[in-house]
Amino acid sequence: MRVALFATCLTDTFFPETARAVVRLLERLGCSVEFPLDQTCCGQMHFNTGYREHSKPLARKYTDVFGDYDHVVAPSGSCAGMVREVHPTLGESPPRTFELAEFLVDVLGVTDVGAWFPHRVTYHPTCHSLRMLGVGDKPLALLRAVKALDLVELPDSTHCCGFGGTFAVKNAETSTAMLADKMTSVLSTGAEVLSAGDNSCLMHIGGGLSRLRTGVRPVHLAEILASTEEDPWLATR
Amino acid sequence: MARNPVTWLGSPTFPKAAHEALADTQLRQNLRKATGTIRGRRAAAVGEMTDWEQLRVAGEQIKDDVLSRLDTLLLQLEESVTARGGVVHWARDAEEANKIVLDLCRAENAREVVKVKSMATAEIGLNEALEAGGVHAIETDLAELIVQLGDDRPSHILVPAIHRNRSEIREIFQRRMGVEVSDEPADLAEAARVYLREKFLTAKVAISGANFAVADSGSIVVLESEGNGRMCLTLPETLITVMGIEKLVPTWQDLEVFLQLLPRSSTAERMNPYTSVWTGVTPGDGPQRFHLVLIDNGRTATLEDSVGRQALRCIRCSACLNVCPVYERTGGQSYGSVYPGPIGAILTPQLVGDMHDPQAASLPFASSLCGACFEVCPVRIDIPSVLTHLRAEAVEAKGRTAESVAMAAAAWVFREASRYEKAQKAGSLARFLARDGRITSLPWPGSKWTASRDVPAPPSESFRAWWRKNRG
Repeated sequence: MRVALFATCLTDTFFPETARAVVRLLERLGCSVEFPLDQTCCGQMHFNTGYREHSKPLARKYTDVFGDYDHVVAPSGSCAGMVREVHPTLGESPPRTFELAEFLVDVLGVTDVGAWFPHRVTYHPTCHSLRMLGVGDKPLALLRAVKALDLVELPDSTHCCGFGGTFAVKNAETSTAMLADKMTSVLSTGAEVLSAGDNSCLMHIGGGLSRLRTGVRPVHLAEILASTEEDPWLATR
Repeated sequence: MARNPVTWLGSPTFPKAAHEALADTQLRQNLRKATGTIRGRRAAAVGEMTDWEQLRVAGEQIKDDVLSRLDTLLLQLEESVTARGGVVHWARDAEEANKIVLDLCRAENAREVVKVKSMATAEIGLNEALEAGGVHAIETDLAELIVQLGDDRPSHILVPAIHRNRSEIREIFQRRMGVEVSDEPADLAEAARVYLREKFLTAKVAISGANFAVADSGSIVVLESEGNGRMCLTLPETLITVMGIEKLVPTWQDLEVFLQLLPRSSTAERMNPYTSVWTGVTPGDGPQRFHLVLIDNGRTATLEDSVGRQALRCIRCSACLNVCPVYERTGGQSYGSVYPGPIGAILTPQLVGDMHDPQAASLPFASSLCGACFEVCPVRIDIPSVLTHLRAEAVEAKGRTAESVAMAAAAWVFREASRYEKAQKAGSLARFLARDGRITSLPWPGSKWTASRDVPAPPSESFRAWWRKNRG
């Protein structure tokens, strides 16, 4: 199956290991992955902060870049949600765009992707994957099938971590209060790895976990699923 | 035109108000406990219903139908209320509504009136206006009474004293009622009961809001849980009801949808304890004079906005407050309005109708857009979409700012992959600010992030650079 990867600007710039993991994973599952180099950003930051007019050309660009593909996959529920739910309100007819977990489960029809990840992991379902896309427990089904992975349930998992894009800066103190409770939940699990399907939320929670030197590492779902016994995930930062 | 009292004069912008509230440990503890409890109970009450999603859609459709033909339905309501012996008054804004009610109280020579909990009267600042005119209004809902006796402001639509715990309530009651009372809930309720009983029996005038008004029959509906409303609605000789013009349903049958949606969403009850319905005046039974004051106060202007108007579907259940992670931490008073929480963040600025007002304009930004509010809303108000819509209005009203210049620059960069790549390369130099792979301090506005969170050091090679090298 021919698949276009929409890396998202954040992952492309800050978390290249996640995008490389998506490529590795999808190719292992028999997909032919393409990365159109003209891609940039879906326009979510502009749209959500009140700069709707600036987001329009970016939505346009997305359609132009990916319009010829039957399947576009993004390692982000938030950006996939922006494309699917918001781009049509900006006058676009975007190509079919999937968050990684829903693409694996719904389109490829797999839950066991042959991964191996010998760590204690807890999973935070990000708000937009949960409520905009309705990804549900697909990511958990994928994680449960990973060999050697010790999955621990995150208390109050559906509560927002407090990121919210520019909210984290405009209402930094409220955002931090939300983050504190999310970190408390994460730490209560005793997990060494916090996983999620969005690097934006992981950057937020991870930024707090790092500041407090908690020893818990944020790892994107794609990197866990890409990890195998022959080619295991290695901490890169 | 006078300022709309839907926001409290002198309230700071949301981030400033939140700064104070977040430091109030008692408030944080009270809210965490209260919202956590009610969230769980609501989820259970809603989970029992197999047709909940259909009910939500029905609620949405009935309300949208009402909003699309509000003009004719309101005239129909006026006609049916008048035919049944009631008197209908029309008020464009808070000032007009307050004057109508004050004149009606004066005509009855009432110095003291009893009140059923009502958001509409709180929105227009009726109690303060009556007090200034020499009429004392007594709140009879327990939580509203706690707020009134404590010279406080409400912090929740349904439970205005949610920010108070029982020892604080005990202190307020002892101080204002002059009684000795324990902090046991039953004792506190009994103290309020004794205090209020005499008021119910002596008041000549009662003032209420309305949950629903049925256009074709002229019936008014009030839902409450304590029985205080029933006392106010039946004992006094004169009843004055103040109601927002959007509270209509077309027919009696439409109520079946809302009488299922509202109790489960707001109090997590299967059925509402006290549902009072009256139609005009019934000779020899209940109040013999009935006045209905219809208030606009920014609603017609809100109706003009095709995205924002869905806020007028709201039935004031407060489910969105109870699930909101922002509300849970800042409390309701941080919103500076009788309408706090997610619904307040979209309704208040629209009723104010002026995005140049920095306090009102700060409210749509008081959300992480997590969407929990939309998920629980019984009339399916897409609060996150209205929030981003109003943010765009706020940005436009502000004009050119440092932020708008930065956003325009970012958009320009993103429009061309070549520019984006150059910016990426330049930005990756920030890795030299990092120690052990993390940046702990950035200049403003990044400092707002790094005050509590590290930033990962950008890698030396972006994904696209890797792709080009290995796959391109």
